[in-house]
Amino acid sequence: MNIKKLSNIDPKISIALENVTISYGKFIAVRNIYCKIPKGKVTALIGPSGCGKSTVLRSINRMNDLIENCSLKGRILFEGTDLYHPNIDPVEVRRRIGMVFQQPNPFPKSIYENIAFGARINGYVGDMDELVEKSLKQAAVWDECKDKLKESGYSLSGGQQQRLCIARTIATQPEIILMDEPCSALDPISTLKIEETMHNLKKRFTILIVTHNMQQALRVSDFTAFFNAEKEAGGDGGKVGYLVEFNTTKKIFNSPLQKATKEYIGGKFG
Amino acid sequence: MRKGLNDLYLLRSRSKSEKFVDKGFKTLAIGMAAMVAIVLIAIIIVVIFGAKESIGKYGLNFLVISEWNPVTDRYGAFTAIYGTLLTSLASILIAVPIGVGTAIFITEDILPRKIRDFIGILVELLAAIPSVVLGLWAIFVLEPFLRPMLTSVYNTLGWIPFLGTKPIGPGIAPAIIILIVMILPIITSISRDSLNQVPNTLREAAYGIGATRWAAIFNVLIPAAISGIAGGVLLALGRAMGETMAVTMIIGNSNNFSWSLFSPGNTISALIANQFGEADGTQVSSLMYAALVLMFLTLAVNVIANLVVKKLSLKY
Amino acid sequence: MTKSSIQYKPTTKSKLYFDAKLTRNILEIAYTLIAGIFSLLAILPLVSVLTYVLIKGGSQINFSLFTQLPEPPGDDFLSAGGIGNAIIGTFIVTSIGALISIPIGIGGGVFLAEYSKGGNFSKFIRFGTNVLSGVPSIIAGVVVYSIIVTTGILFGASFSAIAGGIALSILMLPTVIKTTDEGLKLVSNELRKGAMAIGASRFVTITRITLPSAFTPIATGILLAIARAAGETAPLIFTGLFSFYWSNTPTSLLEPIASLSVLIYNFALEPYEAQNQLAWAASFVLLTTLLILNILARYLRRYSILEKR
Repeated sequence: MNIKKLSNIDPKISIALENVTISYGKFIAVRNIYCKIPKGKVTALIGPSGCGKSTVLRSINRMNDLIENCSLKGRILFEGTDLYHPNIDPVEVRRRIGMVFQQPNPFPKSIYENIAFGARINGYVGDMDELVEKSLKQAAVWDECKDKLKESGYSLSGGQQQRLCIARTIATQPEIILMDEPCSALDPISTLKIEETMHNLKKRFTILIVTHNMQQALRVSDFTAFFNAEKEAGGDGGKVGYLVEFNTTKKIFNSPLQKATKEYIGGKFG
Repeated sequence: MRKGLNDLYLLRSRSKSEKFVDKGFKTLAIGMAAMVAIVLIAIIIVVIFGAKESIGKYGLNFLVISEWNPVTDRYGAFTAIYGTLLTSLASILIAVPIGVGTAIFITEDILPRKIRDFIGILVELLAAIPSVVLGLWAIFVLEPFLRPMLTSVYNTLGWIPFLGTKPIGPGIAPAIIILIVMILPIITSISRDSLNQVPNTLREAAYGIGATRWAAIFNVLIPAAISGIAGGVLLALGRAMGETMAVTMIIGNSNNFSWSLFSPGNTISALIANQFGEADGTQVSSLMYAALVLMFLTLAVNVIANLVVKKLSLKY
Repeated sequence: MTKSSIQYKPTTKSKLYFDAKLTRNILEIAYTLIAGIFSLLAILPLVSVLTYVLIKGGSQINFSLFTQLPEPPGDDFLSAGGIGNAIIGTFIVTSIGALISIPIGIGGGVFLAEYSKGGNFSKFIRFGTNVLSGVPSIIAGVVVYSIIVTTGILFGASFSAIAGGIALSILMLPTVIKTTDEGLKLVSNELRKGAMAIGASRFVTITRITLPSAFTPIATGILLAIARAAGETAPLIFTGLFSFYWSNTPTSLLEPIASLSVLIYNFALEPYEAQNQLAWAASFVLLTTLLILNILARYLRRYSILEKR
């Protein structure tokens, strides 16, 4: 049980990616990522499709373990602990780093059970009714759900389902919440509601969000990481993603240091 | 229209023969489909008509009389009905956990995909073994192998009425085992298909909130796949009730009623297979009556299966 | 953590490493082990059956097995002859079953997939197909016996190869209908619309476009139906019966006929060693054939999946 601890743990840093390269079989999705995600802030991951930002996000709570031929080189440090050390229990990782997915994916259970299930497997011993109510309120769906807690999670609209999924994640009290394009399947009004929810959440959680929507990144995030993908010289023609620039959102949008960032953001807004 | 189009495309206005073929083909297809109905109705009529004499003579008492005696010409199907229900239900009870467990084992990423696929193929090939070959295997391999074990169970638990006879050869217990072997592939492959159809997003949702593999399986994947699994189980139950050859060869074909699992017994299909060839008069009619009961049982299971699948299907 | 009343057991104290002593992790391993044991139990019978059939049946394979006739018990205690007529008989009876059920089944499947619009008739046919596939095989035998064997409706014949084939066709029919129906449903509707749009008739669309594109799934299903029918016994014991002679003239279609499955059934129950041995040999031949058919069907199916990509 010898998990390396770095002596210089920065209490302000939640996740540190050190030279992370992720591949699917022979195909390299992203390479050589170095990045430090600050604690208690919202960090947006942006970039063109296929640049590997979702792959990076999913690697942080080891969801990529579910993909058979996915492998990772380098280190991802969570408060100084290497998440890919062989002694790490991925289940434990996911209990401390929760995730909200692109498509709302409530369980085929009642709204109440959707929340209670996650809390229960995380060993929650408090008052379940209270937790359900509190989580739904934090995720701003309580009003829509309070009269039908026993009904199926699927009886809600898409936007409500996604907030139910957020509530489900909150209920397990993770330290970090990963959000993989949480609004891409939703209409503008639901999107707005989710963004409001995120504003409330960032007081208590570190949030990482992948988004295609520049305005959304601008609205919700404190920091932004811009990814891009390029054909590798001598590669087999597949695009390989890499991190172009990481900075405060303000800087990325107003005065990016890299030309690629400028062009991408200019193009998206212009 | 351009001039001369009808000279270049001769079939633009459809010829009579073409229309005839088109229409005839449709009629033919309808006729072929109707054959299903005709065959089904023929089966029902033949069985009911054949059973008429026995129904008139015994009525519903047929279901509760355990005497089956061609010498005195008195017939009751209770022994066979009890055997059919006991063997099929007992085999389902044991085959469900094994089959569903196997299905989980080969759908989740416990082993490398190649090994899992190989196990899946083996289980499906098990379904390809004809029932008569399984019967042969049961007589010469399975039953001699089981007998010492069953005997020791009898020696210790023989005071329980269900285990109260000494295992001496063919009997209900080996028939149950052979039925398990026959319905396992059905349960496994249908459960496997249903589990594979559960969208991956649900699996991710469960893992995403920190569920362990089996917490996800028990709480999310199995509930999501339950309609398919239940349908498969009921299909297997129907198959077990109607299964003939392997059971006939190993159950002992005794019409003397006994509660015991270790005694020889009978099922409806085994009874028919054994006696129909040499029967006449009321015996034939009684066998037909038994066939009617069997058809009713399997039909009921099939109808319930359809209802259950509809009732349990979750949308996701 | 938070100061509210929401509290968790102090599992979060652990520093993310895998702790094998946790109840949760012990249970994980236990469940996985149980599932593994169940999988072993599930394949054990297959391994055992294959081994015994291979050893007990395979050891007897020689040329005369295929050329000789079986002998009833009692004549010769050392040998029970061969299974030549049973092999031919199984081939004949299964072929008759296939010849009857394939055209009817494909026709019915075409109706369900291409013509029906979900009316009561098609609902009834679908339901009937399901019910028919659930009818125990012994009942098919009983019914064919009552309609054909006892009445002598087929040129006065009683037990006959044709009666056996008809009984098998009842079992094959629902499978052929279902695979045709499902196979045709896999064909993209765009293809159908395309054919209609250039003025093809329904008949041409079905026979030239949709049926050929659904060829592999339908062929797979039919192959499996044939494999299943070839191993069936129950429908044959009162219809095809059995014969100790060759079925080599056209009129032998109207006479009782031998088959591998009935031979196994009859000879397995004989108290004579030689007959039992012949049953094992017949099992070897039957099982090998069926496994080859099944593997062929599997190969076809994989081929069709690759084709779709």
